[in-house]
Amino acid sequence: MAARHKSVETRFYEDRDRVLRALRNCDRRTFLKLSAATMGAVMAKGLVPPHTFQLIEVANAAVDKNWGTHGAQGSAPFRFAYISDAHLYERTLNQRFIRAIVKAVDDVNALDPQPDFVLYGGDLAQLGSPGQLETGRQILGNLKAPVKMMVGEHDWFLDLGEKWQELFGPPTYSFDWKGVHVVVLQSVYEKDFWTARKMTPAERMQTVAGLDNAVQSRFEVGDAQREWLKNDLAKVSKSTPLLIFSHSPLYKYYRPWNFWTEDAEQVQAILKQHEKVTVIHGHTHQMLFNQIGNISFYGMLSTAWPWPYAPEGLPKLTVQMNRADPFDQFDGCGDGEFTARTDQLVDTVYNLWDRNPVTVRADYLVSGGKVDRPPAPQFASY
Amino acid sequence: MRRKSGIVTVTAALVAIGLVTLRYLAAADPTGVAQAQSSLPAHSVPSASRGAVVVELCDGVTHTEVKGLKPGQQMTRAQALAVTGQLMAEWRRKHPDRHWVLAQNDQASPSASSPENPARGNIAGPGETANTKSQQGDTYASFHERDFKVWQAQTDAFVNYGNQVFHSAKLLGSTIGVSCDMCHPNAANTHPETYPKYQEQLQRVALLRDMIDWCIENPIKGKTLDPNDPKMRALEAYILAQRKGVALDYGKH
Repeated sequence: MAARHKSVETRFYEDRDRVLRALRNCDRRTFLKLSAATMGAVMAKGLVPPHTFQLIEVANAAVDKNWGTHGAQGSAPFRFAYISDAHLYERTLNQRFIRAIVKAVDDVNALDPQPDFVLYGGDLAQLGSPGQLETGRQILGNLKAPVKMMVGEHDWFLDLGEKWQELFGPPTYSFDWKGVHVVVLQSVYEKDFWTARKMTPAERMQTVAGLDNAVQSRFEVGDAQREWLKNDLAKVSKSTPLLIFSHSPLYKYYRPWNFWTEDAEQVQAILKQHEKVTVIHGHTHQMLFNQIGNISFYGMLSTAWPWPYAPEGLPKLTVQMNRADPFDQFDGCGDGEFTARTDQLVDTVYNLWDRNPVTVRADYLVSGGKVDRPPAPQFASY
Repeated sequence: MRRKSGIVTVTAALVAIGLVTLRYLAAADPTGVAQAQSSLPAHSVPSASRGAVVVELCDGVTHTEVKGLKPGQQMTRAQALAVTGQLMAEWRRKHPDRHWVLAQNDQASPSASSPENPARGNIAGPGETANTKSQQGDTYASFHERDFKVWQAQTDAFVNYGNQVFHSAKLLGSTIGVSCDMCHPNAANTHPETYPKYQEQLQRVALLRDMIDWCIENPIKGKTLDPNDPKMRALEAYILAQRKGVALDYGKH
């Protein structure tokens, strides 16, 4: 008879067995680390036997790679890196942006241990040409870890995604990873502004490439994709943590620069039904974070150039990065990492080039800014 | 044999005297200048009698004869005033409903402010009667609402040219496809109000144009512009226009 319902005791012993098997499989160094960690935890908690369940909790947290998809308390923690917004021209024209993305690839390849995967955050090309996309694909091909691609508006609007899909597959997809459900969206669709103006594809792309012209439409996820999202998430339990990768922020920051998703509220309404949601977005080229209800938002850095902070609409929780030094090509730019924790929240490290890295923890966001505040800037924007 | 004496159009003379700026003869018709090219009034005045010169107004019709004046001879000032006054009186008689504004007789100097127009003094707008009880001879007081509009349009056109250059890698001469707006959307983060200031990286006190030139040379990889280059001036104009209302704060880092 299939054990549809397992008692608490059964589950406890199954988890315990799993830990002990993992412990038997680990090498000497890991075992010593584990013992030290558990001893530390026991002393810190002032525990006296027979509280052995707590020891397993600690061992569970320490053994990350050897663990299965689900721990006793939640998911296994894992790390992934990101490179975003490279805005490449072809090698013959512009070496500067190429040098920057290669620097990011070197950064990620130097990580030890390697991340589970690398998210590419969108805007691989500057003007969406096949040559630019090919150049980007070649360079990202040097990454050791597997790459998950996400599309940005600079990749899309020359040929409405034709070359992108040929190189990288569908722009919208989802997958599960170590107990987390990951969704990658195409959140830079725009309502047609080019047909009435009789624009050529190049003119359309040039228009979208300009941040501050009012001609283009605002970004949106769109009705069809929201339907897809609803159906995709219907299969996922509400307690499974969600990781949403999106190029536009999925909230409303500054409309004139398209730091904006027009149907943000509707997308958030779908997402917030799940208990733990983290949105990771590109496009804004700055240190940026926000919390709306139970959804945490992190903006990724660009490798190519930093955007200044918008004159209004900056989320209250965002602690600005220092103003970029224009005399340093890499200042205000960089790459970064995310850690999906055992408690299913997500931390990030902003690996700012030529500056100290900045860690932003989920605790800061979820507490509404009360704990773990990131370091303050010396030179905020003005 | 009737000889046509020199028919002297006095437009230039009148402007030189500075009495009447005849462009205002167009009065309420702002497009008059453009149309004037195609439909100039044909002057159909009678020829002068012996020993006299016909002086005509630019409407091509009104005229008067000045006796005792030989062709090519200058009038005395008093004579000229009398003649032109006569012509204007004749014109006014013929056009009683047309409003003739003597710019010089417009309201007082800008320093005399009123509740309605604190900055402009009491300059008369189109259609308003001038207050003849005003100070005479001020340069600024001679200007009209329409002048301010023309100047603003010129300035905006120049700022707009700067806007174009700011957003165009090609016009900036970039060899790597980079334009200013990539780091400075709407000229954000240019803070022109903080110059002059010592710029460590340039090892000198910098003005806004020095930073613009540095950016053109480095992130944009184009050739630096001469300060008097129309593109440089237009870029400055555009950047400054975006910071209207922000207090000057030179030296701020």
